Amino acid sequence: MKDMLSKKAVMLEPSGIRKFFDIVSEMPEAISLGVGEPDFDTPWRIREEGIYSLEKGRTFYTSNAGLVELRDEICRYLKRKYHMRYRNDEVIVSVGGSEGIDVALRAILNPGDEVIVPQPSFVCYVPCVIMSDGIPVTVELKEEDKFKLTRKQLEEVVTDKTKAIIMSFPNNPTGAIMTKRDLEPIADFAKEHDLLVISDEIYSELTYGHRHVSIGALPDMKERTIVINGFSKAFAMTGWRLGYAAAPKVIMEQMVKIHQYGIMAAPTTSQYAAVEALRACDDEVEEMKNSYNQRRRYLLHRFRELGLDCFEPEGAFYAFPCIKEFGMSSEKFAEELLKEQKVAIVPGTAFGACGEGYLRVSYAYSIDELKEALNRLGTFIEKLRR
Amino acid sequence: MDQELRESILKLIEKNSRLDLKELAVLLDSTEVDIANEIAEMEKEHIICGYHTLINWDHTSREQLTAMIEVKVTPQRGEGFDKIAERIYNFPEVKALYLMSGAYDFMVMLEGKTMKEISMFTSSKLAPLEAVLSTATHFVLKKYKDHGTVLEAKKADKRQAVTP
Repeated sequence: MKDMLSKKAVMLEPSGIRKFFDIVSEMPEAISLGVGEPDFDTPWRIREEGIYSLEKGRTFYTSNAGLVELRDEICRYLKRKYHMRYRNDEVIVSVGGSEGIDVALRAILNPGDEVIVPQPSFVCYVPCVIMSDGIPVTVELKEEDKFKLTRKQLEEVVTDKTKAIIMSFPNNPTGAIMTKRDLEPIADFAKEHDLLVISDEIYSELTYGHRHVSIGALPDMKERTIVINGFSKAFAMTGWRLGYAAAPKVIMEQMVKIHQYGIMAAPTTSQYAAVEALRACDDEVEEMKNSYNQRRRYLLHRFRELGLDCFEPEGAFYAFPCIKEFGMSSEKFAEELLKEQKVAIVPGTAFGACGEGYLRVSYAYSIDELKEALNRLGTFIEKLRR
Repeated sequence: MDQELRESILKLIEKNSRLDLKELAVLLDSTEVDIANEIAEMEKEHIICGYHTLINWDHTSREQLTAMIEVKVTPQRGEGFDKIAERIYNFPEVKALYLMSGAYDFMVMLEGKTMKEISMFTSSKLAPLEAVLSTATHFVLKKYKDHGTVLEAKKADKRQAVTP
């Protein structure tokens, strides 16, 4: 059979994470700071609600866009937390934030449309743009800008074909956030150039110091913003595969259609559990956040002790230390560290070429685990410096 | 006195009293001096009453049995329950004593080597007290969770080693 495969699919690069994962999986005794998900179990009351929904025999499809009850809760949550007003027909429940991103891009892109993708960032934006026949245009976020996106950077890459910006703050892998003041010029730029913004806010609950602000909540931005969020990070529910998107009705209608044909509906058990998460788990979320914040401080303190240069992350659960002083590539550093000290840390390049010279260190680990891993990192660094 | 700092310290050392001052200062974005002062104050005010270790004796070779004893009493005029409580809690076998609302007055948590030892204590020490009207003894068969901690061995990290 000739041409068995899609050229687009073949052209996609395998994720850098995957590559590193294959190396790590050959070393089962290694300890890891490489995980992009909470170490907490899903709060019991959420799990219990999932069990109850199964006992009750709620094992059927929900409506395509998701349970009305859940969408109503999502609207209330967005209003309560981020002062955003959505109706339940402007919200879709998706299979994780990832599906929301995919569906959003497919709903808005025509062949040749350009999408600005600031990097380093989550691994799926570029491939999803390509799969939607769009052209990803990457912008390199800089440590001197605290890894924030600036208007100037957008001005350098915008063309007549630019359709949208897809960005994520609090950011994976850098831990950078964008405050209201940082977002305003981006919003103005989007309005001036008539761009859509896909704002992946999956880490919105995890900011330390500043409260999260959504770009969709800024004046006249709702109509051109697709907000992506979900339950994975805030409620420690990664395995439940549940996210959501909120967008103006014209866009949402297309998103629901695509979701309907590709997915049908998000898992029913997860949706019932998520209702409980939004209704009754503010305290648990706050507790987890406090815990992440303590670990964040611990990690930064240890980096300082090791003399490792690291910008202060104010969100998510990652730090992005700079390893340029050692004169080796991120990949090489990560592989050597794994080989010599049996610590798995993801090279920054897994999140875009501009992650070169950095590592993504996850602090979704207990203090004891962090302590051990950092001791080993310290030994490794000392040896390099000698 | 910094109420918020105090509460944060307590929450942390309640789970892990081996965190040292330096670690606490880092975790709570404070200074060692401030933390040391607050802890000293809280010890003085008897907010911190000790630094104990949570032990699962079931996993040791030591024979040990825990019982919960419901005790009904007649409070003494002018002294209420406190005087009787003192009579009871001074026995070293008594690990915990609570005044309860509801069907009985005291919950006595007792530790002994054997069922016989505990029954002997109840019949020879507790029941004969003048104020005690009745007792009902419940033996603990298995401890699953204590002080907010599940006692079975720590679960391994079930996550994949590397994820995006």
